[in-house]
Formats: sequence, C-alpha cells, structure tokens
Amino acid sequence: MSARALNVLGLALVAVVGIAVLILTPRLFDLDVVLNITVYMIMAVLALSLALVWGFGGILCFGQSAFFGLGAYTYAIAMINIGESTAPLILAVFVPAAFAALLGYFMFYGRISDVYLGVITLTVTLILFNSINSTAGPEFHIGSAKLGGFNGIPGIPSLNVPFFKDWQIDLEGMFYLSTTSLLLTYFGLRTLLASRFGRTIVGIRENEQRAQLLGYDPRAYKLTTFTIGAALAGYAGCLFANWGSFVSPTIFGLAQSAQIIIWVIVGGRGTLIGPILGCVGTQWLTAALGANAPSGDAGWQALLGNVPLILGAILVAFVLLVPKGLVPTIAGLESVFVRTRAGASR
Amino acid sequence: MDLVALLAIQVLYAIASLALMSVGLAIIFGMMKVINLAHGEFLMLGGYAAIEANRLGLSIWIAMLIVAPIVVGAIGIIVERTIIRWLYGRMVDTMLATWGLSLFLVGLTTAVFGNTTVGLSAPLGSFEIGQYRTSTYTLFVIGVAIVALGGVLAVLRFTRLGLIARGTMQNANMAAALGVNPNRVYSITFGAGAALTGLAGAVIAPVSGVFPTIGAAYVAKSFITVIGGGVSIVTGTTMASTLFGAVNQVATYVTTPVFGEVALLAAAIVLIRMLPQGITGRFFRGSL
Amino acid sequence: MRFGGVQAVRDVNFTLAERELRCLIGPNGAGKSTFFKMLTGQLKPTSGAVLVRGEDVTGAEPHEIARRGVGIKTQVPSVFDGLTVRENLWLAATRMHRGAQARAAVETMLERVGLSAIASRIVGQLAHGQRQWVELGVVLSTDPDLVLLDEPAAGMTDQEVLRTVELVRDINKTKALIVVEHDMQFIRMIASKVTVFNQGAVLMEDDVEAIMHSPIVRDVYLGKKAAA
Repeated sequence: MSARALNVLGLALVAVVGIAVLILTPRLFDLDVVLNITVYMIMAVLALSLALVWGFGGILCFGQSAFFGLGAYTYAIAMINIGESTAPLILAVFVPAAFAALLGYFMFYGRISDVYLGVITLTVTLILFNSINSTAGPEFHIGSAKLGGFNGIPGIPSLNVPFFKDWQIDLEGMFYLSTTSLLLTYFGLRTLLASRFGRTIVGIRENEQRAQLLGYDPRAYKLTTFTIGAALAGYAGCLFANWGSFVSPTIFGLAQSAQIIIWVIVGGRGTLIGPILGCVGTQWLTAALGANAPSGDAGWQALLGNVPLILGAILVAFVLLVPKGLVPTIAGLESVFVRTRAGASR
Repeated sequence: MDLVALLAIQVLYAIASLALMSVGLAIIFGMMKVINLAHGEFLMLGGYAAIEANRLGLSIWIAMLIVAPIVVGAIGIIVERTIIRWLYGRMVDTMLATWGLSLFLVGLTTAVFGNTTVGLSAPLGSFEIGQYRTSTYTLFVIGVAIVALGGVLAVLRFTRLGLIARGTMQNANMAAALGVNPNRVYSITFGAGAALTGLAGAVIAPVSGVFPTIGAAYVAKSFITVIGGGVSIVTGTTMASTLFGAVNQVATYVTTPVFGEVALLAAAIVLIRMLPQGITGRFFRGSL
Repeated sequence: MRFGGVQAVRDVNFTLAERELRCLIGPNGAGKSTFFKMLTGQLKPTSGAVLVRGEDVTGAEPHEIARRGVGIKTQVPSVFDGLTVRENLWLAATRMHRGAQARAAVETMLERVGLSAIASRIVGQLAHGQRQWVELGVVLSTDPDLVLLDEPAAGMTDQEVLRTVELVRDINKTKALIVVEHDMQFIRMIASKVTVFNQGAVLMEDDVEAIMHSPIVRDVYLGKKAAA
C-alpha cells in the first residue's frame, strides 16, 4: 500500500473515530464522564498547539501554558465585564496571539537560539504566574472583574450563541463544542502542514541554514507559527474557563507547562495524533492513579497517586528510552512492512 | 545614613544568595553544557538534608556546611551516572530529562516529608545599624558566597583537578589520550556542582524555610543568572548576580517583593536579548 | 573579516563577470570558505563591501541575498536530511514556481542530476556522493545567477567527478560560477581563470596553466603536488 493511500486511510480513520466519539459519548455515558472527556478534548487542543509550534516548527517553547492562561483569563475578565460572549471569545484568541507576536518578534528577530528560547519562555510563564498570583486584594481588578490573585476568578458565565445573550451553552453543549473544536483543529492543522507554509516550517526545522540559503526568512515563519500556536492555546484556554467556570493562576504554572511538553514528547514530535493520544492518555492515567490513593495513605497506593512523581518518571523514561515518542516509534515498526516518509504528518 | 547601610547589606545579601545559588549550576552548564532543570530541587534537597541532620542532633553548622553538600553531591553523581551521561550533546533532551527528574524529586520529597514548610531558625541573632535591626545571618551568607566563589576560582586556577576538568571539558579525546578518564571527570564535576548547590540550599534554608516545591522559585533565577553571566564560571556568575541581585533588591525596596521578582526576570530577558552569549561572552573573555 | 584576534579575510578585491567561471584555490585556512560566507550573507564583513550587480548587499540577511540570485553548495553538505530527495528539491523549486509547475520543475531537476531513481529516499540515509548531488539539485532549483560551489568533487568517485564537470559546464552556459576545489585535475577540466587565496588575501589571479606552473603557488602549497 503506498504511503499516500495510507495517509488518506489514516485521515478517514480519525474522522470516523472523531465523529463516533462526538455522537455516541453523551448517549452512552453519564454526565460526569462526559465532563471528564470534555476537558480531555480541551487539553488535546492545547497539546496540538504545542505540537505545531514545537513538534513541527522546532520552536522549544517551555511556556505554552502562558498563552493558555492568557486566553482563559482574558475570556473571564472580558465576559464578566461585557456579559455577552462574542467579543470575549475573540479577545481570548487575539490577546495571547498578540502577546506571542510581540514576544516572538523579540526572540526570533533577536536570533536567540534554541536553548535560550526555552529559558525565556519559561521565565515569561513565571512572570505571569508571579504577577497574577499576587493580585488577591480587591484593588486588583479590570473593570468589574476582580483578578482574585491565588484565589482565582470564580463564577465565569458560559459562552452563548453569538449575539444571543440568553442562549447559553450547557454542559452537554460544551462537550459538543470542545470535541468539534478538536476535530476542526486537527484537520485544520493537517491542511496547514500540507500547504507550502507548513512544509516550509518543517524544512526550517530540519535545516534552518539551508532554508535561509534558499531564500526563506526563518524569522518570519517562526514568528507566524508561534503566533498561530498561541492563538490555539488561547482558544483552548477560553474553552477551559467555560468548562470549569473558574480560572486560577496555576494555569500559568510550571506544572501545567511541563504537562503540555510531556504530552507532546510521549505522543511524538512531528505528529498530530501522537500529542492527542499522549494528552488523553496521560490525563487519564493521572486521574486513575490519583483516584485510587486516599490522601495520607502510605505505601504503593500513595506512591502511584503521587502525580509529580509518576509524571516525572514518565518524562525521564521517555527521553531516555523512547525519545521519538509513542506514535513515531510504533510507526517505525510499521514501516518494516510499508514504506512511509519521515516528513508526512500524521 | 543608617538606611543606606541597611540597604547596602540587603543588596549585598541579594547578590550573594543569587551567586551562591547559581555557582553550582554555572559549573555544570559552563563546563559541561548541561542544562539541569532539577537545579531547584538540588537546592531544596540541600535544605532538607541540613534540617534533617540538625534534627538528628548534629550542630547546625556541620549540618549546613558539611552534611548538605555531601548528600547532594552524592545525589548529583548518581544522577549523572544514571541519566545525564546518556544525553551529552543533546541539550534539549537534557533539559527535558532533568525537568522530569525535577518533578520526580518533588513528588518523592512530598511523599517522604509531606507538604508543609519545615524551618530552621536563623542562628547568630541580630545586630543593629543605628535605628535598624538586621539579622547577622545575612552577613554569614555573604561570607559563604565569597568563600565559595573564591574556592571555585582557586580550584580551577591552581589545582591539578581544576586544570584536568577544564581540559576535559574543552577536548575530551585529547584528555583521554593523556590518560584522563573523561567519564570520571564528568561525574566529579557534576557532583561538585551539585554539592555547591546543596550547600547553597542549606545556607538559605534558615531564611525562607523549605518545602518540596520551593525549587520552582529558584530554578529560573539561577538559570538566567548563569545564562546571563555567560561562559566564565566565576566572573560570569559574579557579574550577573551583581546586576540581577541589585535590580531585584532595589525594585523590591521601591515597590513590592513580587514586583522585585518580576523586575529581575524582565531584566534578564532584556540582557539575554542584547547579549545572547551572556556578559562574559562579550566582556572579560577568557576569564575563569 | 575579523574573528576576534584572527583576520580570516583581509585583502580581497574580487570581481566576477556575468556567466564567468572562476576557480578559487588556496591552502587550508586561506579564507576561501569564509569568503563564500561573506558572499552569501552568512557572515557580515567587519570591513569592506559586497556588491551584487552594483547593488550593495553588505550585511544583508542570507535569505535576502539568496533572493537576489546567489546559490551555494556548502563545504559540508547542507540539505534537509529528514526529508526525501523529492521534498528537498520541491522546497527549492517552490520558491520559483507554484503548484503543478513546481512539481514539474522537480521532476526535470531529478533527471538533470540523475536522482530520479532515488527520489523517494530519505536524504539522510543516502551516500555522501548522492547527498552532494541532492544539494546541487537543490541549489540549481532556485535558478540562481551566481552559483558558489565549495569543494563539489570532494568524496566523489572518478565517474561522479566527470558528471560534475559536465554539470558545471552546463551550468556555466547561463550562469556565473565560483568553484573552490583542491582537485587540480578537476580544475583543469573546467577552468579558464583561477584566483589563488593565501592567508586571507589574493595571491595571484591568472589562467589555469599559468597558475599550475607558478613557483609562487607551488611554494604556497608546500608539499602538495600542485602541478601534476
């Protein structure tokens, strides 16, 4: 079977599974299961944003959670002030994107290398976390929205049908919206990556010098990729704020950033389906482990429920043993039977 | 006048603690080009080691100055042999693996010691400057920082070990051809960096207390100090700590501690943008 | 071009006409590769100027200079190792053409450099000689007016060298070339005018035969069989 046919088959498979999940889940499962799956879908969009920026763009961003958080907070603050969700939704995408454009311009046009990029993005996340975390007093507010500091912002009103303030989305609606968003993001990114732009950013990742010598300006491409990734992450943040009706500064935290990176590493850089699976799998795993360990319990149970411990061990194990991630490694085995290309996105 | 003296001591303290925190990382990054994101946890473990040793009856000075460095140094050597050595040359992978290690250590420490802050009261009491009282301990920390930096400089410059280490870092194959075992040099260097970090963590513990996630507060600051400092271990760390420590303390004095932190981080971003190779990438080249 | 205490290129006055083929020779460390990097914009000259068709491009970004029609095959092959041969050529071709035209240009180039048979192979897995051909194909696909070749015959078999000579002559029908090489037989087969670099400056510039018989050049290459 040719690589191209395999590609189309893969796409069809994703579409079928996706639509099945979309239609069947609310019918087959209780509302609380649906709620859990909803957040997995939202986080998967976040995972895809880093998959684009890092997996395909080669930009080591340790602070993707910054854009996630900015999206969530922007939505919350705008929504509380405005009361109708069309503008807040747009802002939730636009503000992180604008921030990324500025930061990206600063970094890429300053020729800052890989490693330092990681440190700077990490630092930016920390700045945001530290700043917002300390805004607990009532004097910290934007319009009528109190920032709340480490307490966060509770009671965020839900999205409504554009311009119809009273048609608010309910929990089941959130599920449909999130899952559809994930599917649209996946297919949207596949299209983007198959386009001239997408193939160019992969080339730049492969060999930036050669891309330059062919006449491509890597700085502009990286900036664009970085901004698109931030917009996606911001959108995921908006969905997240809706899902829990609550945001807090931990959304900007190092732990959140680490999680996103783990999803992409475990799933596989250079693929799209990998980070989705890595995200859902890791979240499910930590939830399952955590559910079995009552706090204060010593021994194996507590050890398994210790999220940082397990995640940390997973990350180290993967970097040492499965550096390419699950999907490419499995695909590598598969190519014993079929010739597939390294450059194809999955 | 008293206020100026007080501020000067606070600024010196900020610089000293930053330098002390960062010098271990500077050795590891400067010599081995390894980005150790578990650095904050090494600091944290140093603090716990000192507190536990003290709790078990050892004098606080021995706990801080001897036990902590040895414990964390040993942990460093183990980490190098089991994780880092497979990843030399792969900077990004090293960052990721050590980030995983960092999470792991946080989890482990929480499991063993629990979530609450443990403390150690700062010894040495306080002294007066005019109408202000300040802790004498801050002077001790400043002293330790000076001794530590001086010690590192001395070892690198004047001892055989320092020369071997510098040689191996620059050209492992040549060093091997001359009979040096590069693997052992890497282990020892990483261990030394870890030990210094443990010392720093222990010395700082009485000031802020220790809890499992305290590493997060330190790792970014240490990193940007090391990267801002550039290639030269002692000179770079000293210059960068001076700049950032001063910015931090002055901003804190003028506004709030939180903004002081933000100012430090922002100053770092600007510095790295202007001097991508750090301060000693452009100035004071060739110094140790 | 000064690197800290070292002046890699210090006294070079180099002019090339349209469609001229020039060979650049000189011992290791003479500054040839540095010179190339200054032409492509990879290095910004610390003094002096680079002009392309009268336009001052000193200090311009590499991609800007590339867009003015300068292509380089680097000393160490620089290609997209994780992609296939076809994808490599496509990334270059797509700078000049769109859609079906680009794809057609890729097929034509595959023929020209003789890589049609391995078009779907991952470049990183190819032999050194084949990777050089891929790089040549990539460089030519952007249709540059000035082609810089840094040791194109390195690591090639005799047969491949002959093919390279053919290709160079073919390119020279429409484009200017500067070729850096150590292989004197190769140079003899392609060159008319040769510039000799030594210690960052131009030592001599003359016909290939004159250079080959020059005692000055021989001294500079001390120990090498320059005029075989």
